[in-house]
Amino acid sequence: MLKYVAKRILLAIVTIWAVATLTFFLMNMVPGGPFLSEKAISPQATAALEAKYGLDKPLMQRYVTYMTDALHGDFGDSLKQRGRTVMSIIKMKFPVSARVGGISVLVSLCLGVPLGCLAALKRGKFLDSLISVVSTCGIAVPSFVVCTLLLYTLGVNLRLLPTMGLNGWKNYIMPVIALSFYPTAYIMRLMRSSMLDVLGQDYMRTAKAKGVAGFWIMFKHALRNAILPVVTYVGPMLAYTVTGSFVVEKIFVIPGLGGEFIGAIGGRDYTLIMGTTIFLATLIVIMNVIVDIVYKIVDPRIKLK
Amino acid sequence: MKKRVVSLLLAATMVFGLTACGGSDAPAADSAPAEESTDAAADDAAADDTAGEETDAAAETATGEKILSVQVGPDPETIDPALNSAVDGGNMLLHSFECLLAVDEDGKLIPGQAESWETSEDGLTWTFTLRDGLKWSDGSDLTANDFVYSWKRVCDPMVAAPYAETVLGMVEGFAEAVGGDLDALKVEATDDKTLVVTLSSPCSYFGSLAAFATLSPVQQATVEANGDAWATAAETYISNGPFYVSEWVPGSHILMSKNPNYWNADAIKLDGIKWNLIEDAGASYGAYQTGEVLFIKDVPTEEIPSLEGNGEFFVDPIIGTYYLSLNTQKEPFDNPLVRKALSLAIDREYVAGTLMQGTYTAASNFMGPGWIDTDGSQFIDNANGGQPYIDTTNHDANLEEAKALLEEAGYPGGEGFPSITYSTNDAGYHKVVAEYLQQAWAELGIDLSVEIVEWASFTPMRRNGDYESSRNGWVGDYSDPSNMLDLLYSTNGNNDGKFNNAEYDAAMETSRTTLDAAERSEALHTAEDILMEEAGCIPVAYYNDFWLQSPKITGSWHSPYGYWYFMYADITDGAAAADNADADAEAEAAEEADAE
Repeated sequence: MLKYVAKRILLAIVTIWAVATLTFFLMNMVPGGPFLSEKAISPQATAALEAKYGLDKPLMQRYVTYMTDALHGDFGDSLKQRGRTVMSIIKMKFPVSARVGGISVLVSLCLGVPLGCLAALKRGKFLDSLISVVSTCGIAVPSFVVCTLLLYTLGVNLRLLPTMGLNGWKNYIMPVIALSFYPTAYIMRLMRSSMLDVLGQDYMRTAKAKGVAGFWIMFKHALRNAILPVVTYVGPMLAYTVTGSFVVEKIFVIPGLGGEFIGAIGGRDYTLIMGTTIFLATLIVIMNVIVDIVYKIVDPRIKLK
Repeated sequence: MKKRVVSLLLAATMVFGLTACGGSDAPAADSAPAEESTDAAADDAAADDTAGEETDAAAETATGEKILSVQVGPDPETIDPALNSAVDGGNMLLHSFECLLAVDEDGKLIPGQAESWETSEDGLTWTFTLRDGLKWSDGSDLTANDFVYSWKRVCDPMVAAPYAETVLGMVEGFAEAVGGDLDALKVEATDDKTLVVTLSSPCSYFGSLAAFATLSPVQQATVEANGDAWATAAETYISNGPFYVSEWVPGSHILMSKNPNYWNADAIKLDGIKWNLIEDAGASYGAYQTGEVLFIKDVPTEEIPSLEGNGEFFVDPIIGTYYLSLNTQKEPFDNPLVRKALSLAIDREYVAGTLMQGTYTAASNFMGPGWIDTDGSQFIDNANGGQPYIDTTNHDANLEEAKALLEEAGYPGGEGFPSITYSTNDAGYHKVVAEYLQQAWAELGIDLSVEIVEWASFTPMRRNGDYESSRNGWVGDYSDPSNMLDLLYSTNGNNDGKFNNAEYDAAMETSRTTLDAAERSEALHTAEDILMEEAGCIPVAYYNDFWLQSPKITGSWHSPYGYWYFMYADITDGAAAADNADADAEAEAAEEADAE
């Protein structure tokens, strides 16, 4: 197990390096630059800015400098948000996204898993159909539609909830609903189909024949085997959700990290693109390692090699 | 058996626990801005907690403070006066800083930090005398030396201020200063109250520049101690204007509080202004409807038809023109006849009034309303002998003329005319205009394909001349016509159409060197005459600002530079103010009727 974890961590580092390298060269291939505006700034000012941030150096040299600095934990200054470092931006905005995202993941799991199980147990019944309809909607309706509908009904028309900011618990309700809408639906479907699969297995029939009580069959024999696909999904989903959603943050005016991903690319803020990408890649890689370990705990038959 | 149950529970808790970790990292005292905001946003708490019943609390807070809650744009990239080049950032600077001079409601220059100023006869020496007892927001004294430091800082290559050349390019020693020798800049403090600026060539509009936010004073000690980061945190953001920044939560809001050290603090009625940093127009519209925000600049375009006739919806001109650039170095756009034909084939009334939903105004000239002639009158009133260059009300005649011009150019009915491309980014009405151009130019028998380019790629592409025709636009920095006419000067960095006309350049040269107001005016008008005759670019519509403003706000105004002045505003209960708003709306309706 320890050897396995060590190996995975080594692999993780290689993955992150590959992502960083690829991103670095790809973003520099895209036309445009960070110091452009509708009104041309003088060639002198552009040159001065490029010199200040080292953009006048050859690409390879910049790559080496960046990687060396990054290894020492220095992700540089944002090129667009003058006076802020990339680290300070991530430090400031990630906690906000993580709070909203973390709650959303919890909500999706708490709703998705039981409802999925319920649908499988009541297969073909009205409840199953109802859950199917809801989950199909959840998957089909894009989040900006959910956000807008929530904003106009609960926020603007009924005035039940504040429409912007994160000042109190009420502010969390709409963004959390919007963020957990899709994952809840997806987990419900995953859970339903894998549960159905498990329920048809011989050992389930055996357990029933042995007279194991209903709840225990479900909890110990069925759920445990059926939850594996959900675990696989939740790992990366967690990484994506806690790093924020561009759409949800824009609509509910949440000062999270999601907007920075898109904003950095649109503004060619090279250092911020690198910083946010490396950050997200690291989170995903970590989640995947954890998922593998959780696998092993849930199903000891799985061999980690 | 039991062990298995435990391990399953463990698995579940691990997944849950992870999310909890993500969340519980957050409130670490110093790195969680949203958390901190709860204190200062106690004001808002009132609004939020009772959002269900009563949302007027956005204006009057629990403590009885008058905080005006507005939206003028998303997070500003910077609010460092030297670095800012955006309108929304400029709007905030206007409230936190004050320059030597200021602009009043009628667009006239008035004393700001300087109580008086004079120009030498040769127009080269400008002397500003500061008010007595000026102070920074931290209570320390502000002197003429602070301006010297700040203006030199604007030239500093390590600061790389985007507007350095625009605002200080005519000051003696500028070239050396941007090369690194800051002390070469001829800006001197002869004593604590007197600032003397020496220009290398006369600049009749230097007064407007002295009121330009880039030339705001910044505090040397603070800037040197904190570097670029001084302008990113409320604690180090020392200013000298009617308000100071008391809180900045990026992506959420900037809170400004009344600056008790401001010389005119007695005239400031508000206790503060909350700039809500909302990017999404739908979100800002929602916040306006619930009363959480009393003013929004970003109104969703799809809501505009339903807002017509609404007393809270305002449309007001700004100095700027939406125009098309044609690459004059490429065939067939090197032929002025072709350019003019393309220009005349556009029904500007339809574009501005219908496609752009009346949020723009049809452009008959390049220089629209708001640009000020050398004698202080409207530049547009004196252009082309007082006549519009293009009669936008008679599209049929224009189209006939366009067809005739195209025939004269050797393409009767569009025959033999190559297929051309129009490039634009996708924002606002750009795509709608592009689609319209396809129809409009098809009337001339011209086949147009549209190319949508992502913004950050679009700008360099247009600047390098890698296009045939494209959208373009300019909003003025100050009201002197040279600010926009310079765009078509052959070597100007914004001359995207690569328009190169010796007479035009000569006229612009004259306007720069002459000291005679009448001669300068004539030169500027000559330049516009040439531009319109040659169709060096195709003006389509004049920009307007359009916004929603609650009748509760009184005493604010909008300037043709695209700024809102809230510093002397007040918040009333709305009843009395409603009359004003109605009057404004009527005036506006009348204006619109005139325009039609």
